Amino acid sequence: MSYKNIKTISNPKLKLEVLTQDEVKKIHEATLQIIEKVGVRFPSKRALEIWEANGAEVDHEKKIVRVKPHIIEDAIKKAPPAYKLAARDPQQDLQLDGNHVNLGTDGCGVEVIDINTGEKRTSCLQDVRDIARIADATEEVAFHWVAVSAQDTPVEARGLHELKAVWENSTKHVQTESVYNVEEAKAAIEMAALIVGGRDKLRERPVLSLMQCTAPPLGHDGGSLDAALLAAEVGIPTGFMTMAACATTGPTTMAGNLAVGNAEVIAGTALLQLAYPGAPVFYAAAQTASDLKTGAYTGGGPEDFLFGAATNILADFYNIPLSMGSFATGAKEPNWQAGLEGSLSTFMASVVMSDMLLGCGFLHGSRIWSFAEMMMDCEIFSIVHKMMEGIVVNDETLAMESIANVGPGGHYLGQKHTRKHMRELFMPKFMDRRPYSEWETKKDDARDWAITKARKTLKEHQPDVLDENISKEMERIIKSVEK
Amino acid sequence: MSEEMYKQMAQCIIDGDSDIAIELAKKSIELKMHPLETITKGFVIGVNYIGDQFGLGEAFLPELVMAGEAMKAAVAVLEPELLKLGEAREMLGRVVLATVEGDIHEIGKTLVGTMLSASGFEVVDLGVDQPADKIIGKALEINANLIGMSALLTTTMVRQREVIEELDKEGLRPRIKVMVGGAPITRDWVTKIKADGYSEDAIGAVKVAKDLVGKGDQ
Ligand code: B1M
Repeated sequence: MSYKNIKTISNPKLKLEVLTQDEVKKIHEATLQIIEKVGVRFPSKRALEIWEANGAEVDHEKKIVRVKPHIIEDAIKKAPPAYKLAARDPQQDLQLDGNHVNLGTDGCGVEVIDINTGEKRTSCLQDVRDIARIADATEEVAFHWVAVSAQDTPVEARGLHELKAVWENSTKHVQTESVYNVEEAKAAIEMAALIVGGRDKLRERPVLSLMQCTAPPLGHDGGSLDAALLAAEVGIPTGFMTMAACATTGPTTMAGNLAVGNAEVIAGTALLQLAYPGAPVFYAAAQTASDLKTGAYTGGGPEDFLFGAATNILADFYNIPLSMGSFATGAKEPNWQAGLEGSLSTFMASVVMSDMLLGCGFLHGSRIWSFAEMMMDCEIFSIVHKMMEGIVVNDETLAMESIANVGPGGHYLGQKHTRKHMRELFMPKFMDRRPYSEWETKKDDARDWAITKARKTLKEHQPDVLDENISKEMERIIKSVEK
Repeated sequence: MSEEMYKQMAQCIIDGDSDIAIELAKKSIELKMHPLETITKGFVIGVNYIGDQFGLGEAFLPELVMAGEAMKAAVAVLEPELLKLGEAREMLGRVVLATVEGDIHEIGKTLVGTMLSASGFEVVDLGVDQPADKIIGKALEINANLIGMSALLTTTMVRQREVIEELDKEGLRPRIKVMVGGAPITRDWVTKIKADGYSEDAIGAVKVAKDLVGKGDQ
């Protein structure tokens, strides 16, 4: 299936087995044992009541829940294995069916490298608009996360200003990680309902989805849980993301870290299914290793890449879609490290067909947004996209006729077969393949071309506008939340 | 005899072994060794060694954290003895540390706490999601001279300002100094909210804290 102005990976030819079925079972059994014996913290009155009503052992004082394996397993089975993320433009609806890898922008950045001046500064609402508009035009980006925080808007309604800004500048699906309390979640759902013409239509056309973080090790955040329950009630796809990091918020060893993160996600997902059986949910993860010298969340390095590949195998085991953190880097500017970490994490998460990839555009451990980085990350995604097609072997691709035509010696430049297939070769936008002398006169590189492309797109691209009345209604909803 | 004991004390801190640290502290009391000397000639040597190794990139955070915990365990055993003698270990300062209300990011704050304790501060770590009144209340209760606040979210960093405003309203500054930190915290923000100090990482936080309590030379 192809989408309007969206490039997704599908029908892959490459495969990778990072975990055997036996190993997955072992992690699953460890997970169930953790949830039953150690417990998971659910600091939400509503969540604890749901657990209690469903036969879990609840320690109200510590807010820790211990659950028998069969309750978890039965609940998870109720989750739909496939569904769609709707977009304002139905031609951009995304299938989460295990056969599409959809790239999103990264989210919640706090600083931005200004698109014009190149200076680093605090992020604001206009950045949210600009990024959404560029993403709308960029085929590699299939959906949005709210890329940076609109820090010039009031704290209590910030997540809503951001959503409105994205919807006004793009027709693609929006997933937010910036709505993590009941008040904002309620308003966000109302806003989404405006787009589809009613709350009852959201289940059929969820133009919004929610991502909530777990609180590793083995906990959840109260506001996030309540927001997730609200979303699940109306059929808005919701996922819990674990960021358990080796040696700080999770065990140092990768298997143990996977088990801890899995326990958080699976327990949270089971809660949603117990409350609203059949609610669309997804697994989300951005596990990594901590830096042993600073404790920093690295978001890169070999452990990170392996987690990227392992997690979809777990999500597949539970038969729910996955949203996987990729492209994270500790690099301070678009450089060798950023390219390396972006490429390997994205390759590893794609080769196992993670349904959603998050996301392009960030530097410095998910804190600084760079437009150049966004464009170059998109090129990396395109390269991986091409690689995933693998090598097609058939009569046409074996090219026997032109091999005979050319014979020993000569060249293939004049062959019809070449002309027919040449556009299948990957044409990079940002790779330097010029003569040395040309480079020498200009001394420019990918970063310069990428920022130029971003500026041009921002200047030229006109997204389909959102109905003015809807905008006004959204404004009213936002005002009602502001103090 | 005591030389040998001191060596073992230093070693158990280096090994991050709280059980042995407690055992050795108890034994030193039985042997009537002076508690202050036990700390300074024995256990502290181990803490300093790990600190140096960490600075050299030879030791890592988990070793530092475990050394800190073993040290704490030993001191807890020796503290009552010190009190009996009417002596107290001289601390660089008293710190109340917390992640602000609405924010559950924990690791950075905990590391700052570990580093401060390891460097000779008395640290009360309130944990995450802590409202202003709790933070200030605790500071008054223990007569703290420094409040440390971590905030990782742009939506919660405003809480740092609330605490500072409250302190100013009560006329509690400059008696109590305020240090802030966390991923979105910039120097601009620090100036804006009139915090006394700021650091981008845990090692830097120790230096800032020392300066703030007037012990910059130690
Ligand atoms: C007192 O004096 C001082 C002095 C120095 C001080 C100091 C105090 N405090 C810190 N320092 C300094 O010294 C420390 C040691 O060197 C340093 O501390 P740090 O804490 O910076 O460093 C630690 C050693 C390692 N760093 C970390 O642990 C934080 C890393 C990142 C990736 C991060 C993590 C891991 C987490 N998160 Co969150 N998280 C991010 C972070 C992005 C980033 N790279 O910072 C950030 C901060 N988170 C973010 C978000 C959005 C969220 N997170 C959330 C949750 C979580 C987890 C719970 C999953 C997890 C924390 C686990 C835990 N138990 O602590 C949610 C909020 C929950 C809540 N109510 O607090 C949630 C809202 C997501 C959601 N929808 O659920 C973003 C904030 C964006 C914004 N605009 O505000 C974010 C920048 C990442 C991103 N782009 O999405 C220095 O800052």
